[in-house]
Amino acid sequence: MISSSVEYQKKELPVKIKTIGLMLLLAGLVIVILGYLVNPDRAAYNNIIALAFLISIAVGSLFFTAIEFLAGAVWSTPFRRISEFLSSLVWVIPVLFIPLLININSVFHWTHPLPSEKSLIDKAPYLNVNFFVIRVLAFWLIWIIFYFFLSKNSRKQDFTKDQFLTRKNIKLSAVFMPFFAITISFTAIDWLMSTEPHWFSTIFGVYYFSGTVLTALSAVTIFVITLNTNEYLVKGISNDSYYSLGALLFAFTNFWAYIAFSQFLLIWYANLPEETFWFLARWEGNWKIFSIGLIVIHFLVPYIGLLTQPSKMNPKRLVVMAGWILFAHYYDLFWLVMPNFFKDGIPLNWIEFGFPIFISGLVILVFYYQSKKNNLVAIGDPKLKRGLDFRL
Amino acid sequence: MDRNKFLYGLTGIFDSPDEITHAADEAVKEGFTKFDVNTPYPLHGMNKAMNLPPSKLGYVALIFGLSGTLGALLSLWWVSAVDYPIIVGGKPFFSFPAYIPVMFEVTVLSASIATVLAMLFFFFKLPNNSHPLNSTVYMKKVSADKYGIVIPANDPKFEETTVRIFLEKVHAKEITSQFWDEEEIYHKHKIFEPKFITFLIVAALITSATTYFSLNKLMFMVPFNWMMEQSKQNPQQLSKVFADGFGMRNPVDGTIARGFLPYEFKNRPELAGEKLVNPIPISKESLHLGQTKYDIYCIPCHGFNGDGNSRLRGQFPSPPSLHSEKNRTWTDGRIFAVITDGQNVMPSYSTQLNNDERWAVINYIRVLQRALNAKETDLK
Repeated sequence: MISSSVEYQKKELPVKIKTIGLMLLLAGLVIVILGYLVNPDRAAYNNIIALAFLISIAVGSLFFTAIEFLAGAVWSTPFRRISEFLSSLVWVIPVLFIPLLININSVFHWTHPLPSEKSLIDKAPYLNVNFFVIRVLAFWLIWIIFYFFLSKNSRKQDFTKDQFLTRKNIKLSAVFMPFFAITISFTAIDWLMSTEPHWFSTIFGVYYFSGTVLTALSAVTIFVITLNTNEYLVKGISNDSYYSLGALLFAFTNFWAYIAFSQFLLIWYANLPEETFWFLARWEGNWKIFSIGLIVIHFLVPYIGLLTQPSKMNPKRLVVMAGWILFAHYYDLFWLVMPNFFKDGIPLNWIEFGFPIFISGLVILVFYYQSKKNNLVAIGDPKLKRGLDFRL
Repeated sequence: MDRNKFLYGLTGIFDSPDEITHAADEAVKEGFTKFDVNTPYPLHGMNKAMNLPPSKLGYVALIFGLSGTLGALLSLWWVSAVDYPIIVGGKPFFSFPAYIPVMFEVTVLSASIATVLAMLFFFFKLPNNSHPLNSTVYMKKVSADKYGIVIPANDPKFEETTVRIFLEKVHAKEITSQFWDEEEIYHKHKIFEPKFITFLIVAALITSATTYFSLNKLMFMVPFNWMMEQSKQNPQQLSKVFADGFGMRNPVDGTIARGFLPYEFKNRPELAGEKLVNPIPISKESLHLGQTKYDIYCIPCHGFNGDGNSRLRGQFPSPPSLHSEKNRTWTDGRIFAVITDGQNVMPSYSTQLNNDERWAVINYIRVLQRALNAKETDLK
């Protein structure tokens, strides 16, 4: 058997990780609850950003897992479990969307359009509370179902070493792809674009998708490199695999810039008032600096940082860039949501820091429990040996 | 003559990629610096095994890419903001977002073309027709299914016997000495050889003559750029059809354009007053139109009520009130003549108001006059 030649000794993550995760989670939770008590609206707006960010990591990782099966990729097989663990975050997504659904009337303007807002009344067949809740729950259910079966097959393979399970997952991934495309686009429209219900952009789903994949890749990169340098994974993962991660990060950085610019260029060129106001709102007050910062933070820095081949192979540089991209995506989501509620810019507030801390705690904790329950490497996967032999 | 003087190098052949990678590794350890490896396809990991420095090709792409970006930006700026500024879509002359796609395309184009050309002609030094390994058995084999290593004689560590021992040590097969072709070394082909020059001239003559005769004498094809020369009359061109030579013709005498009525009373307002009759009956629509047009064109001088109390009062000679006895007794045709031709300071409004609109304005003026001089019956 091919996989028998791979040596893997399971090593438990130190309990310190759990403590750190738990402390971050609790600290974040305290700030979030305080935020909800002091300024419920602002806390809810941050909640939207945090939800979109969590979906990015969870569903993006699920996409990354599925695309590995679908493309028959071998280079990422030795650390596919990491993205599986991260996609198990789909279970905790309700933690962030339930408070918003409870507060839906104070968060979303479209729940109560004024009689004069004809465009909102025309959009009511889509943008109404009942259908919205149905969509949110249905999408969540779709993610859960696909995550459940994909990871179940994968974990079962650790013991049975049954190659047929890989086949099953390939089929499952193929079915997942159209569902992923639809759910992620409509998630972007529902949670992010509808914060400014008058505005519309047909490319918005793709825009959020590009950020989603970037974020998931960054999270996977950070975990893979940290775990591998501390020898929690199998021996033999080389810099060539790191290079592939770096190349994907670089490619999706460019993809994001391409999509973001496409969205901007068409609206700028056509110059229609019903579209341009959204960008004009991001050019008022200190939002202007914030918008220029988006180009620098989300495009220029990762682009230059990951341009050369050695930089994609250097583990330290990759971890730094991946962390930077996580920050950039949060910044991007902030830029998408906040100007819709605060014209002319806002000063940063302590409420903003609650959710990122909460989410990092959540991710670490979920990852810790997943790694405790399961192997960190898909040892039964028939592609594992080839994945370890992968060279550029 | 010493044969070794013309030795190019020693070649060895291997059966598998692993063996050749190992051999390259060993060659590096042995201290050879100029050896090369020939494989039927690119081998992953060979760069590392041969201890090659990172390729410099990336810098070519970077430099040419950036100059493409900059060149595109400069040319766009020069064309659309300096040399021939035209307003497009209400955007500023220098509108950077519109340049980005062009800059991106030019960057990709110049970087890729420069990379390919630099790779072929600078790094690979193609074409190289007189390479000593050309058309050797060795080259045929490594182009098909074998993997070969060549250690050239100009390597500082080269010594035929030690190299042969080294190649045997790494289990190379068919260790062969490769020699320069003596003819290649001694015979220098000169570009200005009379034979060659004659050949070039003859070839050029034959090609151009054949092209000329086949395209112009044997078959006639209208070139595409002759589309601009069509058999039609262009403006300002001499006409061969009409005797007077004019391409543009006048319409037949007495022709009236659609929707156009000739005005026969120019500078004869009294006659207009007698002859012209208001064709527009008073109706809600006509009064509404009249009010709209009056409020646009007439109020600056005559005021909202027609009494001359307007915002231009005092800056120009004030127009007489429209409520005077004279104006009230004037026929509609007489007022029409004033609007059409103008009077005193008032210019002609024939370009602003068409015939029907002028009549509608007159109807509205009648309403204003009636409002100030209402009759008893109006109150009922």
